[in-house]
Amino acid sequence: MTDLIVRACGPMTSLQDRGRLGYQRFGVSPSGAMDLRALAMANALAGNPPEMAAIEFINLGGAFICEGGNLLVALTGASASLDGTPVPPLTSLILQEGQTLEVGHLRTGTFAYLAVAGGFAVEPQLGSLSFHLRSRLGGLKGAALQAGSRLPCRPEAQGGEPMQLTLAIPEENEPIRVMLGPQDDYFTPDAIRLFLESEFTISPQADRMGFQLTGPSLGHAKGFNIVSDGIVDGHIQVPGSGQPIVLMRDRQTAGGYPKIATVISADLPRLAQMRPGSALRFKAVEREEAVAAARRLRDWIAALPEHLVPLRFALTTEHLLSRNLIGGTVDALSPAAHD
Amino acid sequence: MVQIPRILPCGDSALTIEFGDAIDPEINGMVLALDDALRARAPAGLIETVPTYRSLTVQFDPLATDYDALIEALHEETKDLAPRAAKGKRWRVPVVYGGAYGIDLEEVAALHGLTPAQVIEIHASAVYRIYMIGFLPGFAYLGGLDERIATSRRVHPRARIPAGSIMIGGVQAGIAPMDMPSGWHLLGRTPVLTYAPERNPAFLFAAGDEIVFEPVDASLWDALERAALAGEPVAEEVRP
Repeated sequence: MTDLIVRACGPMTSLQDRGRLGYQRFGVSPSGAMDLRALAMANALAGNPPEMAAIEFINLGGAFICEGGNLLVALTGASASLDGTPVPPLTSLILQEGQTLEVGHLRTGTFAYLAVAGGFAVEPQLGSLSFHLRSRLGGLKGAALQAGSRLPCRPEAQGGEPMQLTLAIPEENEPIRVMLGPQDDYFTPDAIRLFLESEFTISPQADRMGFQLTGPSLGHAKGFNIVSDGIVDGHIQVPGSGQPIVLMRDRQTAGGYPKIATVISADLPRLAQMRPGSALRFKAVEREEAVAAARRLRDWIAALPEHLVPLRFALTTEHLLSRNLIGGTVDALSPAAHD
Repeated sequence: MVQIPRILPCGDSALTIEFGDAIDPEINGMVLALDDALRARAPAGLIETVPTYRSLTVQFDPLATDYDALIEALHEETKDLAPRAAKGKRWRVPVVYGGAYGIDLEEVAALHGLTPAQVIEIHASAVYRIYMIGFLPGFAYLGGLDERIATSRRVHPRARIPAGSIMIGGVQAGIAPMDMPSGWHLLGRTPVLTYAPERNPAFLFAAGDEIVFEPVDASLWDALERAALAGEPVAEEVRP
């Protein structure tokens, strides 16, 4: 058995998968990866299903070694180097015993993912490996990763070939789409208009539980206390301050503030990667558009394996392009040409 | 009190069905009855249901769910719905009241012009209903607190109170499942772990269950705590 060993990492570096389903009735948050797209990309590069557990980094990177064999690993969302040599982005690589993989601090987003081929041989808790601090669940027996943590890997982790992903997350500056409700009737018409027409800023109080926003104060029409009811990912609750909070994956399961709107599922990963200080706007959409966006995202994730090229060919392509031998690229991209 | 159910959208992957806006056993009984029905006959695409005081939140996969059919199924299930008739389990929970176990007992007694013994007597003679579980894993929201000891929350919430704290806040009562922040008043403490991730079952209580508190002497604490840490429920299921 090969172990991946943490030499250094930031606080709250943890294992995350699709999340823990079915236990909200007992007060357990679903948790799960903040950016399911980036998780799926790391998993595709490692040859895994899209929602398998990977290491989630928050702002800070880390350093890793392995023991007992080599590992095929893949990183998305941060730069990396192997024994000091930069690793090309969107590639998987073989981490050999004795080598050190360094993951750099995150520059463009907040969450990065490191997957190993075959996944980690760690026992799930209540059906998931997702770490949740308050529930003391998931991760390594209810704990986040820290220097010295040892992650056993499955035998598959030694197989496979380094790949390159030729598809990146599309750049998008569109407003974050929401569906109004469940308690939009608790707000004045003016508050709804302000909510949809104003710019908000993500405050430094942004974590896996929720993103506090600052902007114009949203006025309540019938007070700001409701009898606590259920909360879902993306709910935008507005406490007495009038400043909205978007609830994210480590959110509580129930709450007593009115929720003006809900971020559509397809836009949650994009919102998750927006850093404190970023400005954003909201746009109300109907269910049809929200479901169509969810379908596009699912199809995009499902198609990721079709956009993998063995790294040895990808490098050849780059090499040929650099020498202006464009005519060779088509053949170079076709594995058959090399058999 | 029970209103015609309202369906509130919660984005593309969930909705909430609301039976009223009060904390009321009949409304809560409707929530639990619909929860039972959907668990027995899960519509295609259903992921999970979450019962709360007065509404049921339904999470579903938007790409595996025919939304119109789901709404139709919900109308069908709620048409002749009656509050859940079956009683949940009743649990007897041992409590050491006062002293270091319940540091607010004397203050609560003084606030209401009662003796600590009277507060214990009032608190321990009620039957509490678990309306919902939420906020923290295994945190049961209890209804049924006698109004004679209803006490508004502390002006300065505490950053950390110990697991097992028996507490009251307004007209609500609760048992802390773990060390947690709280502005509620602490009357006592139980060694019962309402949530223990390594135990099977991890959760002792469900929405719809009932709780009665049994005062026990502090000399019993160590033995009960050892049993709880060894994975025993310590709370005893009793007949109503």
